[in-house]
Amino acid sequence: MRYEICPADILYTFGAYGMPTRFTHWSFGKQFHKMKLQYDIGLSKIYELVINSNPCYAFLLNTNSLIQNKLIIAHVLAHCDFFKNNIYFSKTRKDMVESMAATAERIADYEVRYGKKCVETFLDAVLAIQEHVDPSMMRDIIPAPFIVQQPRRSAYEDLWDLDQRTIPGQQAIEMHKKNPKEQEKDILLFILENSRNLTEWQSDILTMLREEMLYFWPQLETKIMNEGWASYWHQTILRQMDLTPSETIEFAKLNASVLQPSKTSINPYYLGVKMYEDIEKRYDVLAKEATSRGEEAMTGREKIFEAREIENDTSFIRNYLTDDLIKQEDLYVFQKQEDQYKVSDKQTDAVRNQLIGQRVNGGFPYIVVDDGDYMRNGELYLIHRYEDTELDLPYLEHVLPHIHQLWGRIVHIETILENKPLVFSYDGHKVFRRSK
Amino acid sequence: MEENQKSRFVVTEENWSLHRKGHQDQQRHLDKINEVLKSNLPDLISEENIILSNGKDMVKIPIRSLDEFKIRYNHDKSKHVGQGEGDSAVGDVVAQGEKKAQPGEGKEAGDQPGQDIYETEVSIEELEEMFFKELELPDLEQKEQSVTTIEDIDFTDIRKKGLIGNIDKKRTLLSAIKRNAMKGKAEVAPILGDDLRFKTWNPVEKPQSKAVVIAMMDTSGSMGKFEKYMARSFFFWMTKFLRTKYETVEIEFIAHHTEAKVVSEENFFNKGESGGTRCSSAYSKALEVIKESYPPTRYNIYPVHFSDGENMTSDNKKCLEHVDELLAISNMFGYAEVNEHRRMSTLMSAYKSIEHPKFNYYILQKNRDVYFALKKFFEKRTEGLR
Repeated sequence: MRYEICPADILYTFGAYGMPTRFTHWSFGKQFHKMKLQYDIGLSKIYELVINSNPCYAFLLNTNSLIQNKLIIAHVLAHCDFFKNNIYFSKTRKDMVESMAATAERIADYEVRYGKKCVETFLDAVLAIQEHVDPSMMRDIIPAPFIVQQPRRSAYEDLWDLDQRTIPGQQAIEMHKKNPKEQEKDILLFILENSRNLTEWQSDILTMLREEMLYFWPQLETKIMNEGWASYWHQTILRQMDLTPSETIEFAKLNASVLQPSKTSINPYYLGVKMYEDIEKRYDVLAKEATSRGEEAMTGREKIFEAREIENDTSFIRNYLTDDLIKQEDLYVFQKQEDQYKVSDKQTDAVRNQLIGQRVNGGFPYIVVDDGDYMRNGELYLIHRYEDTELDLPYLEHVLPHIHQLWGRIVHIETILENKPLVFSYDGHKVFRRSK
Repeated sequence: MEENQKSRFVVTEENWSLHRKGHQDQQRHLDKINEVLKSNLPDLISEENIILSNGKDMVKIPIRSLDEFKIRYNHDKSKHVGQGEGDSAVGDVVAQGEKKAQPGEGKEAGDQPGQDIYETEVSIEELEEMFFKELELPDLEQKEQSVTTIEDIDFTDIRKKGLIGNIDKKRTLLSAIKRNAMKGKAEVAPILGDDLRFKTWNPVEKPQSKAVVIAMMDTSGSMGKFEKYMARSFFFWMTKFLRTKYETVEIEFIAHHTEAKVVSEENFFNKGESGGTRCSSAYSKALEVIKESYPPTRYNIYPVHFSDGENMTSDNKKCLEHVDELLAISNMFGYAEVNEHRRMSTLMSAYKSIEHPKFNYYILQKNRDVYFALKKFFEKRTEGLR
């Protein structure tokens, strides 16, 4: 663990960029401005920032009091534990601080060579669809250069490979087959491999930004678990410490502000803590019963360690958010009805499913590439896998030109509006919509 | 083991003062907002709500390109999860929906494509600053010894007598300390009347070139609503610009149909008249005004005429003569014609033959042309270019 003490504007810079060494872009500046403004007028405060690396970095605000730092250090240590032990983080690069610094340097170099404006326009386009990667591929496919060649057992072994060689005719047929063969979730990768419009430096930036997204992705998928885990441990550790009365009050104040539930959203810190506490309690009861029968069973503590290792937010909620807990915490589904947001459902199933639905794919709409040669004209055909939530159409219409910029030809996207399939297309001048 | 324990964590505090990335990118974002504003200036300055705002208010300005667009869910049409205090029930109101765009940071509104608007609030002052930076009175000359001075006062002197409001506390205390020290006391008190020091000013006089702008507007019956609006917004910005940038510029307002009158500013902007058009009447009035109170030896003269170009044909010859006369004594003559359909107007057909470096004309077709007309007449010229 490496702690770095820094002033507010630096901490907020890191908060906005997600990483101290990240490349420069106006959207980060916009974010920074917003966050810093909220800090300056006392609306919100960031106390720390943790980076998933080896060793883990934690940035602490230089105005934190001693007791605040005690809480924060307990909190960041648990984050660090989560990064090191949760399965979804197992493939994230631990040298991302350096890697991002290298990326930033290369992008800065491209800015010098090809012009700031030019690079910025390209970054705008990539950032618009940066979430559309496929994190699962990271687990299956090892990049080709890293596949270790098995040493040959005999001099003629390569002859066996001939059997697996593709027959020339077959390859020709393959050419006319659809690309991608199966729908492709990783739009960035598909564009990278198939776009005829990218120059070398653009492909380079696209590759690097995709890497960064894959690195951030597990954090998007484990928000409730990760924050809950960190908050569970700062609570548990601080409660065991010998605090003076005034320290206890300061701790309680800070803890309460972190764990404050909200009427209009889910506080991941709060829900996470409640779920871990609930699991621990329930499994302790079960373990007690088991030992009374002379059997062996996991204690509650052991169970939460297991959960933090193998779950992500969707599976965590699916497996551990019980009906009782939903009722106890008074969770509900709400939606806009005319001008007001109203509670629309309190059924536990509805709440659980809604919560899971919100966490699927990190909370982003699930889009796949269906065809990279649509109409036999090299057009890109995307499909939104609709699951009862419509897309923000004005936003969609603004994203299409960005994709067009990367793809270089007409781009289509199919989605569902009011239960009817609808296709949006952009030809470089105008967005068209037609029903399918 | 113990060594291992020690290296488990490191605490450092670097010097971060040179880390300016956040601020730099924040500046880039603000620059982008300004770029958008700037490229929209022609549309913005003809916005009715600005011209009617009396220059005091903030105006909301739509910015269409600064949202970070993503493929995302429609917030209003999707369900969300919240948490109550234990007693929530179906139908409870959780929050009020947004009615329309909120002031401040900006909000997108409307679910109609192409109607989403990212709004930012800009003070009119900021707009002016941006706009007026591009404008100046062209060919301003230093005229013969002018009486015009900007009276300024500078506090440059310290005296023992003066107004009590202008007392110089520091020097008063110093002289009290000095006097006491001479008597061997290291004290401030007592402060005697003799210790008091006052700041006193000297008036400063700086000669400045005088200038007069003669604003002439056609108020004849052929000037419709649109034409009048264009003329008004043009003169609105022109007077604003002149008053902001030049302290000693005078503006004379002349309204005309077949006859011309010198009117007050208020009347000029609110005048509704009708009748035929004889533009020469305005010009001869202008010449008369100049003769009476603005000798060209002492004044830079800028006549600007706004019309729809519908002039009595018989009057054209006289107009040309007057324009020639005006050009001889003016630094720049501006003729702006509101002409939605770009037909050849009677006046324009006469003016197009004028080839004089000081004669400028502009034909306005759309709202946004107000901006270009102003730029044409008052464009900042790089020195030596003309």
